[in-house]
Amino acid sequence: MGVAKYIKDERGAIKEVIYQSGIKVKPVYGPEDLERAGFTYEKDLGAPGEFPFTRSIHPQSYRSRAWTTRQYTGFGTPEETNERFKLMIANGQNGLNVAFDLPTQMGYDSDHPLAQGEVGRVGMAIDSLKDFETAFAGIPLDRIGSGLTINAVATIMMAMYQAAAEKFGYSKDQISTTPQNDILKEMIGRGAWIFPVEHGVRLVGDSIEYAVKELPKSNPVSICGYHIRESGANPAQEIAYAFEIAKAYIDNVTKRGILPEEFVGRFSFNFNVYGNLWEQIAKFRAARKLWAKMLKNEYGVTDKKKLFLRGLFGGGGSGLTKEQPENNIMRGAYYALGAALSGAQTTALCSFDEAYTIPTPRSALLSLRTLEILMDEVGLRDTVDPLAGSYFIETLTLEMEKKILEEMKEVQQMGGMVNCISSGLIQRKISRQAYEFEKGLQAGEYRKVGLNTEATDKEAEKTDVELHEYNEEWAKKSKANLIELRATRNDKDVADSLKALEKAAKGSDNVMPHLVKCCHAYATVGEMAGVFRQAFGEWNEPEFY
Amino acid sequence: METKNKIRVLIAKPGLDGHDKGAKIVALALRDAGMEVIYSGLHQTLDQIIQTATQEAVDVIGLSIMSGAHLPICEKLMTMMKEKGLEDICLTVGGVIPHQDIPRLKQIGVSAVFPGGTSFEDIVFGMNKLFE
Repeated sequence: MGVAKYIKDERGAIKEVIYQSGIKVKPVYGPEDLERAGFTYEKDLGAPGEFPFTRSIHPQSYRSRAWTTRQYTGFGTPEETNERFKLMIANGQNGLNVAFDLPTQMGYDSDHPLAQGEVGRVGMAIDSLKDFETAFAGIPLDRIGSGLTINAVATIMMAMYQAAAEKFGYSKDQISTTPQNDILKEMIGRGAWIFPVEHGVRLVGDSIEYAVKELPKSNPVSICGYHIRESGANPAQEIAYAFEIAKAYIDNVTKRGILPEEFVGRFSFNFNVYGNLWEQIAKFRAARKLWAKMLKNEYGVTDKKKLFLRGLFGGGGSGLTKEQPENNIMRGAYYALGAALSGAQTTALCSFDEAYTIPTPRSALLSLRTLEILMDEVGLRDTVDPLAGSYFIETLTLEMEKKILEEMKEVQQMGGMVNCISSGLIQRKISRQAYEFEKGLQAGEYRKVGLNTEATDKEAEKTDVELHEYNEEWAKKSKANLIELRATRNDKDVADSLKALEKAAKGSDNVMPHLVKCCHAYATVGEMAGVFRQAFGEWNEPEFY
Repeated sequence: METKNKIRVLIAKPGLDGHDKGAKIVALALRDAGMEVIYSGLHQTLDQIIQTATQEAVDVIGLSIMSGAHLPICEKLMTMMKEKGLEDICLTVGGVIPHQDIPRLKQIGVSAVFPGGTSFEDIVFGMNKLFE
């Protein structure tokens, strides 16, 4: 749940504060702390928009442009998702963050036996291009960018997004999509993986290569420290593991003869904001700096813009409690404050009811308004990196940098991220941490308001939130659409395109152009993923004990 | 409490949801409490869960469900367990379970429900109680 450890004396005064990343915090910081750490403005901060970008990747940050808000949206049928997209856009949201249901994420059609009871439940159900045509109807795809929260079959959804845009008359160089496409983090946490590690990484590599060549405005991968943190990693590990994952993808693509300089500028990140406010801020400032330094020193990237750590810093779901759910509104606001003080370019908040359910329209709008209040009312756009120069924040940023580097080194010593995940080392480590943390929380070592503080009101725990209901009709409708699709599409086009896909998957050709053809032929997600399943096999999870 | 063999538990993740932190930390907690715990891994079909439960001769199945599909999943698994004559295995469930669904789960035949936030102590107590 992400709060620091506070050791108090018998009168309740705080004797010691230890952050989750292991950093001890002193009662008072002064110039001597910066001196001791060897801090210099030029080396450690630099002007906003200048290397190493600790303060900001843009010289004017929010002065020139407020953050982009991208609430995670999607449920039920493509029709319903389309309505919710339009509602969020009409209310000022300027990018989409699309949720898919589990069958889609796992590459099954809505009529597959394993999809039963799951169609449309946690996101929208997509079976074919027909569904994308419905979901994105009337959305200006040349202006609104879309994050697609999908990983194992991200290549399929990226191809489908292009195919849908082409149907609407946009060209592929006009559209901007950011599929999540980070399969390695799925294997650490979140669990929506299908294929073995090496094939998963190859698909990520294919999509990056394709984006470099064909989709100039799209960002093919969004590396997610977010879910790694949710699974039990501490903030330093969140950044360290995300960077080590990024290196695994970079290595795959450079083996194809493409220079890091040509594609690393398209990487984006998805990081988590929950827990101790200061630790989060220091984490993001250190991360911007380390990423730029790593690309410059290890990968020889020279173009300044390609050294930017861009991404979504979003309020973490793990910080929210099921008890007294209204408290989550306040938690979300403080997480958003942390994101703003960290200079997040893009942000999103878990809605207060997410510990129970898919957010209702009311709670989703409340999150959006929370983000707007920060930008438009209370002054978070006034000046760039307002905490710069604080004795505490700068010392902490340097300490965070050190912790992140230590964690990265450990992964490297264990043979790199692909090895660590294949063997289960990382999964075991963070499961154990999650367990220890949960024990500490239950023992009252960490305080969580409404959960283990004296103020807990047992009656209030039972507060009913308005639940987003699952509708059995969604599955029926999706299945009916599939029957109609299979009866009306050109079977030969489908078979030919799938055959070409199979050849590419089994060989070394990039699968992306073949997927675009399959999508245009109205091949289903299940059929395309089925080709991959057959060609690659499925991953066997390592033991976690 | 009289001496008896260790309780054998299968912690299982049915269906497509991959959020397994809860399942894993509960597995660790039950193990630390002296139970023998088998973890199914992700993306299990109900057939696979029944098969593992039979092979491992477990006393309890603990399902971890976050997707909201706990009612249909428990109902179906219960029916399958009855068909296979596995009524002596206790079915328990944890995860994102709204409290208004607990009576319905009990009606289906679920022995104990541990919604997210239940303490390890309460889960261990609840599991032990099934065999008193």
